[in-house]
Amino acid sequence: MLTPIVIDGLSDAALLFLVAVGLTMVFGVLRVVNIAHGSFFALGAYAAITLGLWAGALGLSQALSYGALVLSALLVAALFGPLTERLCLRATYGRGEIAQMLVTFGIFLILDDVQKLVFGVQERQNDAPLSLLGVCNLGGIVYPVYQIALVGLAVVVAFSLRWFLRGTRAGKLVLSVVHDAEMARFSGIDTAKVSVAAFTFGVFLAALGGSLASPITGAAPGMSAEATILAFAVAAIGGLGRVEGAGLAALIVGLGRAFAVYYAPAFDRATPYLVMFAVLLFRPQGLLGVVETRRL
Amino acid sequence: MKPILKAEDLQVAFGGVIAADRVNLTVLADEVLAIVGSNGSGKTTFVNVCTGYIKPRRGEVYFGNTALSRLHPRAITRLGIARAFQIPQLFAEHTVLENLLLAAAARRGFWRPFSAISRPCYLEEAREALGLLGLEGCASQRAAQLSEGTRKLVDIAMALALRPRLLFMDEPTSGVSSDEAIVIMEAVMGALARAGITTVFVEHDMEMVRRYAHRVAVWESGRVVAQGQPHGILHDSQIRESIAGMA
Amino acid sequence: MKGPRALLWVCLAAAAVAVALASPWASFILTVALAKGLAALGVALLLRAGLMSLGHALFYAAGGYGAAYLARWLGVTDLLLLLGAGFLSATVLGLFTGAVLVRYRAIFFAMLNLAASMVFFSLVTKLYNLTGGSDGMPLPVPTMFGLKPGQGLFYLTLACVFVCAGGLRRYLDSAMGQGLGAIATNEIRLEYLGISVNGLLFVNYAISAGLGGLGGALAAIAIGHVTPELFFWTTSAQLLLGAALGGAGSVAGPFAGMLLLEGVRTAASQYAPLLWEMAMGLCALAVALFVPQGLSGIVDLPQQWKRAVQ
Repeated sequence: MLTPIVIDGLSDAALLFLVAVGLTMVFGVLRVVNIAHGSFFALGAYAAITLGLWAGALGLSQALSYGALVLSALLVAALFGPLTERLCLRATYGRGEIAQMLVTFGIFLILDDVQKLVFGVQERQNDAPLSLLGVCNLGGIVYPVYQIALVGLAVVVAFSLRWFLRGTRAGKLVLSVVHDAEMARFSGIDTAKVSVAAFTFGVFLAALGGSLASPITGAAPGMSAEATILAFAVAAIGGLGRVEGAGLAALIVGLGRAFAVYYAPAFDRATPYLVMFAVLLFRPQGLLGVVETRRL
Repeated sequence: MKPILKAEDLQVAFGGVIAADRVNLTVLADEVLAIVGSNGSGKTTFVNVCTGYIKPRRGEVYFGNTALSRLHPRAITRLGIARAFQIPQLFAEHTVLENLLLAAAARRGFWRPFSAISRPCYLEEAREALGLLGLEGCASQRAAQLSEGTRKLVDIAMALALRPRLLFMDEPTSGVSSDEAIVIMEAVMGALARAGITTVFVEHDMEMVRRYAHRVAVWESGRVVAQGQPHGILHDSQIRESIAGMA
Repeated sequence: MKGPRALLWVCLAAAAVAVALASPWASFILTVALAKGLAALGVALLLRAGLMSLGHALFYAAGGYGAAYLARWLGVTDLLLLLGAGFLSATVLGLFTGAVLVRYRAIFFAMLNLAASMVFFSLVTKLYNLTGGSDGMPLPVPTMFGLKPGQGLFYLTLACVFVCAGGLRRYLDSAMGQGLGAIATNEIRLEYLGISVNGLLFVNYAISAGLGGLGGALAAIAIGHVTPELFFWTTSAQLLLGAALGGAGSVAGPFAGMLLLEGVRTAASQYAPLLWEMAMGLCALAVALFVPQGLSGIVDLPQQWKRAVQ
């Protein structure tokens, strides 16, 4: 009994991590909580499914579906990242949280309808990436290999993000801007450019999460809201802005949800929120978050 | 003179840095005590502990017989200890008068949902506090639009409007030109003396200390290394050396 | 309340009555819009303190369900009792959630409110036997002192609007009301004046929940039905945008904003159901980027220009 629950929990955790990682990274870097995060997640999923189906319809190799997963995330990021940051977000820097939340919420609402207009209100699915890899048997239960591979993918994303931020010049540049924007500006860094790049990268991560998850979850209206809420729950449990925290939180919520599915099915959807309330009640800064006190 | 506030064996640490190292210090009723010392010697930390913003790792502060270390700033304020800040803490979107009305209302009768804040009794108290520091002229200006010097005065006026028994002021003249500083201190210290409020002020300008303090406590790396009359203390060459770095 | 503002209110009321008399359909639309305006007023109270709730539908829905349960369990049809039940159930819920949520700020406050409302949404949808699941529950045609009120509901709503708006006007002029703006700019100073910031937010949260419940009960009675959709985030979004669009700076703002928004919603549901959220989104962008004070800011613009010229 335990093995399937743990496997379900782990693959759910992988999905949750992919949902949350972009949100938490953008907050860590720009101090912006992007309520539209879930919209980019959903757009990534829609784009991946659409591209994959096109490739299939054109008679191209099915393996191209995997390329479509990454390509679609790139497309969404290139299309929406710079546009959103330049036109909307930039005007809100330094104007308080409400302006920022309203703007990202506005973008969220607009994109929600854009999705319905462009992709329709039917659920969409492309299971080519799923079926190509076949299935495997773990502890007597049959799983799609892709679902198991996703756990590995999530770990790869986590570590490459860590390496990017800490180990590369571009990453260090970004972190220096986060650390002290004023100082960075004085030392000749174009902070405006860094902001666009960081936000676009965040959109890319959100869309990548959506596209990688799409073979399993499909795409349907309502997905963006759920993704935003889930992403925030996971990010908040781990500590907003902490990538490692998001990983830890995804594990907890994923396993918790898997147990709920077996033992208390009425609560499976509410699990992430209940975990979030429980954690924030005792640690408002999240599991790995740091408390910031204002100097007087 | 009777002691009004007593810090006993206070210890505060941030991570590994010790900001207060077994501090014992007494504030006497009706005195003006200056706290001096180089940057990072623990002056503001002491004020923060006494007003409840930071909890000490060990030790205790007594106000009369009341232990303060476990109380919130608001509870300490209600006991009669007010504070003015190094960086003025105002309600930026309210006018100066509204800032003081809030302070006057906070002292008594704040929790009445249907009684207007501009009631005559509050207005009178607010105007009085403004008058003490010569701020009547800017009553209708928004706090965000004031100059730094005026902001400092409004910040102090809000503390005064609480009619405290003990007032902490954290560098009342920092960030203000020296001409302005004298004017501010003259107004503030006069008002405090007239109101009979015991005062503790953190100061880096020795001229101000010489002029207004009855007593001085010198801080160095989280300890009080000397205390006494200003002229005695400020002439001690060793002490002058230890606080030389702070100006 | 002085001069032009009082006049504005009288004109508004007269216009509302005229429109309502013109057709029962219009009076229904107006009733719902004003009821939502009450809930939006609750959201505006939080905005004043610098807090944005993305889950206020929780109280709006609780008001509706509270009234529906009273009718279902006790067979009550009296309008005032139903309203009272809605108001009370939302206020009590507000006391509980508020006790926890006022400790959080900024996005945490926004998202935790959203999460709370969505937990209720998923539970109400799933617990079919208790809540009627996604079918919801019907409300009876209400009576008032044994009479069938007909258009009475509209006038009662109008009366609620005036009583609440008047009360809130005074509340906002009190030290507590002014304290809300102070929370938005400097919590620490407020604590150093001896005021419990979370205590003030808690009272304010409860009032805002009560307003949401009152609005929700009125709307539910007018519609004659409650469904889990009431808990859904799109309802919260409408309440929030009504408040932001109208402007939290004045008591009339949220009503004006909600009238406008409800008009857009009615039009959208008829002609372009897929554009409703987009319309709300555009409103959000417009408010955040161009008119931070909302409609009530636009009303004040001439005065600001005058001041600028002087």
